[in-house]
Amino acid sequence: MLTKRIIPCLDIKDGRTVKGVNFVQLRDAGDPVELAKIYSDEGADELVFLDITATVDKRKTLAELVTKVAKAINIPFTVGGGISTVEDVKVLLAAGADKISINSAAVKNPGVIDEMAREFGSQCVVVAIDTRNVDGIDFVHTHGGRKATLLRTQAWAQEVADRGAGEILLTSMNHDGTKAGFANELTAEISSALSIPVIASGGAGNMPHFKDVFTFGKADAALAASIFHFKEIGIPELKEYLIGEGISIRK
Amino acid sequence: MKIAVIKYNAGNVQSVLYALERLGVDAVLTDDPEEIHAADKVIFPGQGEASSAMTYLKARQLDQVIKDIRQPFLGVCLGLQLLCEHSEENDTECLGIFPVKVKRFIPENSQEFKVPHIGWNELENLADNVLLKDLPDPKFLYYVHSYYAELSEATIATTHYIHDFTAILHRDNYWAIQAHPEKSSTVGEKLLSNFLSI
Repeated sequence: MLTKRIIPCLDIKDGRTVKGVNFVQLRDAGDPVELAKIYSDEGADELVFLDITATVDKRKTLAELVTKVAKAINIPFTVGGGISTVEDVKVLLAAGADKISINSAAVKNPGVIDEMAREFGSQCVVVAIDTRNVDGIDFVHTHGGRKATLLRTQAWAQEVADRGAGEILLTSMNHDGTKAGFANELTAEISSALSIPVIASGGAGNMPHFKDVFTFGKADAALAASIFHFKEIGIPELKEYLIGEGISIRK
Repeated sequence: MKIAVIKYNAGNVQSVLYALERLGVDAVLTDDPEEIHAADKVIFPGQGEASSAMTYLKARQLDQVIKDIRQPFLGVCLGLQLLCEHSEENDTECLGIFPVKVKRFIPENSQEFKVPHIGWNELENLADNVLLKDLPDPKFLYYVHSYYAELSEATIATTHYIHDFTAILHRDNYWAIQAHPEKSSTVGEKLLSNFLSI
């Protein structure tokens, strides 16, 4: 049976993890490769690296990091942040990334999704959608959720799927950082409407939140950052819990 | 031991090379027939679309090279599908090493079953085969595909998605895996090391 995926997300700046992490076994708390290895050994199903480096000239650092990660770990990983062209994708895939994720660039120029899917295959094109509910309507936001657009989230999700995205990474800005649970309703609405997998992100605070997003939220995968980094929830215990709750999970 | 990884117009080859590197073996990425024939073992990885891959292989006579191989040969993902007889993906005649047809997943209920089949799924119905020796439990592998090989006499393991499909094939010196062993943690590593020890 196909299992639901648990995906830790690592924020990267200038080749280093930025958010403080609380792993005693880390010799170097800023080393993304070491952290990736630990998550992979703990049973993470996939990893996402989100590059928040501001400057373009640091892009080379990211490709070098991707190669180091690809050599070190034996599970799939996605790289996102600042990717806008087919050429950007080519560099990162050649460096060893399994998938890339695009966000603001896709909103600005939706045709780039078609281009990337045609060039590299849908399986490696993840479209990240940051959404915020304003007065009962879900709008797509860009630039890390700071900039509003007039795009309706549901319609945009359908469009990116039609253009050839392989997966959608849906982050609810209303839920992100609250630790009050994922955006289950919206996730379910989008996941049910589309034939591609939806990764839910934003709001994970405890283990039942993951159960809820896989059941009520109909998510195919769930992504979280700080609760894993700060060891509030360990991946092995989370997986044990979900298996106990009858969710299909890889041990 | 020298491993040749066949170079063609398909993606995801780099991670196979890294996985072999982790296992401590020397691999060379090549489309040179002599180099492929001289290798101890040959790996045919890949992710992509069947008809453009076949066109590329034929243009370089790599189709004949693959059919002539007598060493242990391992197809991975698209590599498995190309070793079959025919693929529904753009109605493509494939290499025909395995007398098996490749079909598209058609879910009865698209809410429950999405296509592509992406994620970790379990190996079942394992035959007694050198490639499957001592795999650790539980036997999860990482899959990314929209097309699958039908069950056949060459099937030595299955996976269930919508219905049972061929997870692994074996015939003579040819083996093929639908999942990505290079991305499948310890189970994938064991499959690759079993292949290297054939």
